[in-house]
Amino acid sequence: MTVWQIILAASIAVLALKVVGYLVPASIIEKPAPARVASLLTVALLSALVAVQTLAVGQSIELDARVPALLVAAVLLALRVPFIVVIIAAAATAALIRIVT
Amino acid sequence: MARNPEATAAIRASFGVGLAVAAYGVSFGALAVTAGLDVWQTCVLSLLMFSGGSQFAVIGILASGGAAAGPAAIASAALLGTRNSLYAIAMAPILAERWPRKLLAAHWTIDESTAVAMAQTTIEAKRTGFWWTGIIIFLGWNLTTLVGALLGDLIGDVSQYGLDAAAAAAFLGLLWPRLKRVQPIVVAVAAAVVATILTPALPAGVPVLMAALVAVIVGITNWFGQRESSAETPPEPRAANGGVS
Repeated sequence: MTVWQIILAASIAVLALKVVGYLVPASIIEKPAPARVASLLTVALLSALVAVQTLAVGQSIELDARVPALLVAAVLLALRVPFIVVIIAAAATAALIRIVT
Repeated sequence: MARNPEATAAIRASFGVGLAVAAYGVSFGALAVTAGLDVWQTCVLSLLMFSGGSQFAVIGILASGGAAAGPAAIASAALLGTRNSLYAIAMAPILAERWPRKLLAAHWTIDESTAVAMAQTTIEAKRTGFWWTGIIIFLGWNLTTLVGALLGDLIGDVSQYGLDAAAAAAFLGLLWPRLKRVQPIVVAVAAAVVATILTPALPAGVPVLMAALVAVIVGITNWFGQRESSAETPPEPRAANGGVS
């Protein structure tokens, strides 16, 4: 697959999922399980992406400057600091550690 | 144009949420370019996909696995997009639009537009909140994506500047507001463990998909769920603090 094909296929899939919601009867979300699975899916995928983005280098697991950077991000999020500041602080933490070490 | 107080409050909420969220587009644009996308590809993602969580997933997986991880990137984006379907189901009777405005409503059905709409008290204010939040974020997100992509092009080398750590922080920021009850926290921890353990064994992107099974299992069995399940009420979109989507 080319990157363009991936981008278009993924975009159309995400848009189609939004359209589907306007076409199906509302009674579907009256059952608790589908709604629960959909909301937990978001949590599971985002958490898995945090883990992989923090620990993986290709297919190996490596502990490096990304770990303390993520801890800084977690502390700032707990303090309700705005998202953009959290991102910049995480990047700066990792960059600083890489310069020093 | 004269508006009633509820609609005015809805517009004020739209600007507050919309402007804050639109600014995150800079980080998406910069990270997408450093993940290997060109400026056009980055902008098409924001224009056409227009769902922050799914967009970050695509670039995160492409950054680690390249184009070979395409199927996993598409599947992750789609799975993250399923919550938009739930928002759409909740918004459909409120908006009651006809085609082609229904298609535009669908495109703009994201965490923030749904959250602002649901926070209003009258039907008219809900519609106002939805459309205003939608247009503010759509314009802002795409504009700031372009700015971020151009910046990312200038900056160059990723890890030297810590942009890989920024990507991890971005995912954490999207996750954070969702961790308010025991069940999502358990799912988050288990999913992170599953993805980490499977990383050496499976191609890039696939461990993330395997972690999704945790959500399916816990969701169906309702382990760690509350008895009078709050999941029976419509889904709660999160727009606070970090939820771009």
